[in-house]
Amino acid sequence: MACSVLLTSDNEATDKAMNVPLNLDIPVLLEGIPHPAMILDDSFRIIVMNRLMEAMTGYSTDLVAGIHGELVVRSNTGNNKGQLYNKVMQTGEGLSVTGDIINSYRRKIAVQYSIAILDQHGGSHCGLLVVVEDLSAREVAHKSGMRNSASLELVGYSPKMQKVFDMIPLLAQTDASVMITGETGTGKDKIAEIIHQKSSRARFPFVKINCGALPAGLLESELFGHVKGAFTGASRNKPGLFSLADKGTLFLTEIGDMPLPLQVKLLSVLDDREFIPVGGEHKVSVDVRMIAATHRPLREQVRNSTFREDLFYRLNVLHIHLPPLRERDGDIRYLLDYFLQKFTKALSKTIVGFAPNAMEVLLPYGYPGNIRELSNIIEYAVNICNRRKINTDHLPPYLLEQQSPADAPAPEPKSIDVRVDNPPPDSDTTRQDNQESWTDIERRHIVETLKEHGGNRTKVAEGLGWGRMKLWRKMKKYGLQD
Amino acid sequence: MQKLLIPIQGDFIAPRFDLATEILIVRFKNGATTSEPKIIILERPSDEALCQMAVEENITDVVCGGIEDVHYRFLVWKKVTVLDAVIGGWQKAVEKIVSGSLRQGDILIKSKDQRLAL
Repeated sequence: MACSVLLTSDNEATDKAMNVPLNLDIPVLLEGIPHPAMILDDSFRIIVMNRLMEAMTGYSTDLVAGIHGELVVRSNTGNNKGQLYNKVMQTGEGLSVTGDIINSYRRKIAVQYSIAILDQHGGSHCGLLVVVEDLSAREVAHKSGMRNSASLELVGYSPKMQKVFDMIPLLAQTDASVMITGETGTGKDKIAEIIHQKSSRARFPFVKINCGALPAGLLESELFGHVKGAFTGASRNKPGLFSLADKGTLFLTEIGDMPLPLQVKLLSVLDDREFIPVGGEHKVSVDVRMIAATHRPLREQVRNSTFREDLFYRLNVLHIHLPPLRERDGDIRYLLDYFLQKFTKALSKTIVGFAPNAMEVLLPYGYPGNIRELSNIIEYAVNICNRRKINTDHLPPYLLEQQSPADAPAPEPKSIDVRVDNPPPDSDTTRQDNQESWTDIERRHIVETLKEHGGNRTKVAEGLGWGRMKLWRKMKKYGLQD
Repeated sequence: MQKLLIPIQGDFIAPRFDLATEILIVRFKNGATTSEPKIIILERPSDEALCQMAVEENITDVVCGGIEDVHYRFLVWKKVTVLDAVIGGWQKAVEKIVSGSLRQGDILIKSKDQRLAL
């Protein structure tokens, strides 16, 4: 891996010290490397870092120039006291090792740590090029064996979903902004991630931020970063998510909840590809692809003046709409089997399928919470079920209540029109029930089984498929002990 | 009376909390140290052991380089003030924390000092 590079920089002192001709611009050279990288002098002091290295370590070059590389890139690669640097400097042979670093945000990141020698004109060694590739994304993909990396858990065979799948490669090819719309739980986040992973930016960060989760002031600082002293508590420079996502993709979810003043700043970044951090004086240039998502009707928000029209058109270059589950003919069956298999494997159960009575409840149900709700229903059923097949006893009670003749919704609500004209009379109740926590459900299930067996704990434990000890622990947890 | 723990490496604050094998402990009160710094050599590096030591030794302040979030949170939960991501010599760090001027993420180093350390 030995390489010879002739170095120059904007820093005259550095050039003089390294005695190299002015025919290359080091910062530009480093920015061309698609990984965090830095150049060290012959004493292993940092000369310059690229922006990816700044983002990974949490330090800017200005702050750490002249400091020993290992004090800034804190690795466990056997580089204690710069041993690896020394080895490369002495032998002239580059090396590459794996390990991890801990950055100034207290994050441990798995890395491939590569060091190469830099020679000057006469052939003597003048410094090192250090490239630190972030392996964390690769490790996550490797660990999640259940995930199909190609589809990222996207399952669908209906014509509407096929259209979505067909669009993904097209959306991935371009750098234009993408707007993803769809009801809650339809998989907007997953689509965004897939678009990123199939794009040429896949090797760079995919950064997600929920615009509805943070107050305006905090959101601005999160997105654009701040400089030291910008406000009380800003004790150091912080790169924003735009900087962290440089060369990658920034996914703004719930864009419809973004405060209006921030929308102006976002629009300006999209137009100029540069911004000024909070409290800062200098512009920062970024190369970020934007993907936005919302479950809100943005056109309506534009009409109500709660969302800027210019930003809407800027983001809405490419649009993809994810259909709700009730419009995905035939997909429910596939998804039921898919999630059953997933949770059965995860919980080491031996459930083989659904009893016909369970299917009679599950197939016609409207799924207002879409895939997320369906997944939760199956997770509940797999947890509760102690037989070979899931039947109605193992389904969340609110599903069965909806099936009672008194308040049953219109069967098989397949089209939007039907649902708009005849909304289920108890849709609010359903939503409330959906919010019932797992602990509430489990407690109620124990109480019901206790009643059923007249308080006989041996039978209750058998009925629940638990040991007596587990039943005792659960009863103690829920305050059901005498 | 406050009791300070710094994982060190030679003259410097160890770059990583979890890889440090030398620990410096010093007591201070009202802007002055009240004991000579004590250096402990550990058998092997261990972040868990260091956290345990901080609790057992009734440490009130920790100054360190890189530390994982889980250990930072543990120490904060144990009412230990942690100033992390500090780069520089430990003597300077002790001076600054005793005088109350050390901050999280401080860089206490000039490039000319480097050859002393690593």
